[in-house]
Amino acid sequence: MKSEIKLIKNGKRLDNRKNDELRPIKIEAGVLHRAEGSCYLEWGSNKVLAAVYGPREAVPRHTQNPLRAIVNARYNMAAFSVDDRKRPGPDRRSREISKVISEALENIILLEKFPRASIDVSIEILDAEAGTRCAGLTAAAVALVDAGIPMKDIPVACAAGKIDGEVVLDLGKEEDNFGDADLPIAIAPRTGEILLLQMDGHLTQKEFDKALDLAIKGCKTIAELQKKAILEKYQKNMEG
Amino acid sequence: MNKETREIVIPSQLLGDIKNKKAGHGTFIENGKIYAEILGVLSADSEHINVIPLRGRYDPIQGDFVIGIVIEAMSSSWLVDINAAYPALLHVNEVQWDVEFGETERYLNAGDTVMAKVLQVDQEKKLQITLKDRNLYKVKGGNLISVEPSKVPRIIGKKASMISIIKKYTRSRIFVGQNGRIWIEGEGQDVQKAIEIIELIQKEALSYGLTNKIEDLLKKDSKEVH
Repeated sequence: MKSEIKLIKNGKRLDNRKNDELRPIKIEAGVLHRAEGSCYLEWGSNKVLAAVYGPREAVPRHTQNPLRAIVNARYNMAAFSVDDRKRPGPDRRSREISKVISEALENIILLEKFPRASIDVSIEILDAEAGTRCAGLTAAAVALVDAGIPMKDIPVACAAGKIDGEVVLDLGKEEDNFGDADLPIAIAPRTGEILLLQMDGHLTQKEFDKALDLAIKGCKTIAELQKKAILEKYQKNMEG
Repeated sequence: MNKETREIVIPSQLLGDIKNKKAGHGTFIENGKIYAEILGVLSADSEHINVIPLRGRYDPIQGDFVIGIVIEAMSSSWLVDINAAYPALLHVNEVQWDVEFGETERYLNAGDTVMAKVLQVDQEKKLQITLKDRNLYKVKGGNLISVEPSKVPRIIGKKASMISIIKKYTRSRIFVGQNGRIWIEGEGQDVQKAIEIIELIQKEALSYGLTNKIEDLLKKDSKEVH
């Protein structure tokens, strides 16, 4: 797509970020009472609330797996999360995101510990800017840790992309809408394993490699924020 | 165990090498290294590295005493919620009464509370509980409170030291289920006191010398009363 507006001026992006700079991120663990685990996350103007319920017996029964648990992630955008009112309920886009997030989480949770069970993850997008699937997955990961669910790693997601011919980290709203490409990924930071990778737009092989490296670097930064958020909550509890 | 600090660990944190220690509860091994798999408190003895969970559901173990709430009465059994990931089955053969087929509702109904013992946990994690053991019965009256299942050992204390102190000073009858449900019966004020103390233990579960601290607190309180 040809840019309709200039996305990079004098080496700075629209919101004065550098090419490899993330939007400000705020993570808080354990914000909901009735859920086993929860997390509230702000990423730029994205506002995301994630809650974990279970492990509990999976219903309907035919969805149960006698050897391991299933993960039901539900990504939902609030009607008021975007400029024009979004028609509530699952649509093609949110069902796709629910599926890819479920599959990413299935790869790091120790599912064999809970045969026949389901782990339900609810991800509510309260305010959307761009990169909500990354924000949703990052929040879901913190909520899972908060719920005491055994896992091999804490997954983390981040996007990179191309705007005005340059590879940049963490696209903002205009950059997403008028940019050339968007590459959201999720990784397991300990092993570097890729859990999710999608791409929208076109990148050359060289640009793709550069974008992937940049996104992985972004993920690792965010992983530290996740760990800090969890430790902050429980260390505070310990002193009180 | 290190006396100064109790370290909080989060999943995927590196804890050690299998050459030096064995991997205990709450840990997993990958490429010869031991990692934490759950959010919890690090507890290492001379042989094992363990992680004691801070959060999460009750993990049923055969022989545990629990407090359950009946979900449903079926024709020859009841389904009971014991705060685990799965509902537990209580068969008519496992109660003290002589129940006729289809008449289960006359004895236990949805919402009733029972003290029970975990009879069996199979590979598929199908749970069975029983009422056929000492002092197990349907609960009538009293108060039921919930705590984190991982904090139950602290509330009971070493050789039941903590719980017997609470019982002594509050003159209440207390039954602590391993699944984090606690039943208390006694005079209104005493029950209130017991609940306060249990909440305090839950809050300070990670500090040292807690049993002595609680005893001092209760002693002081009882002097003020008399």
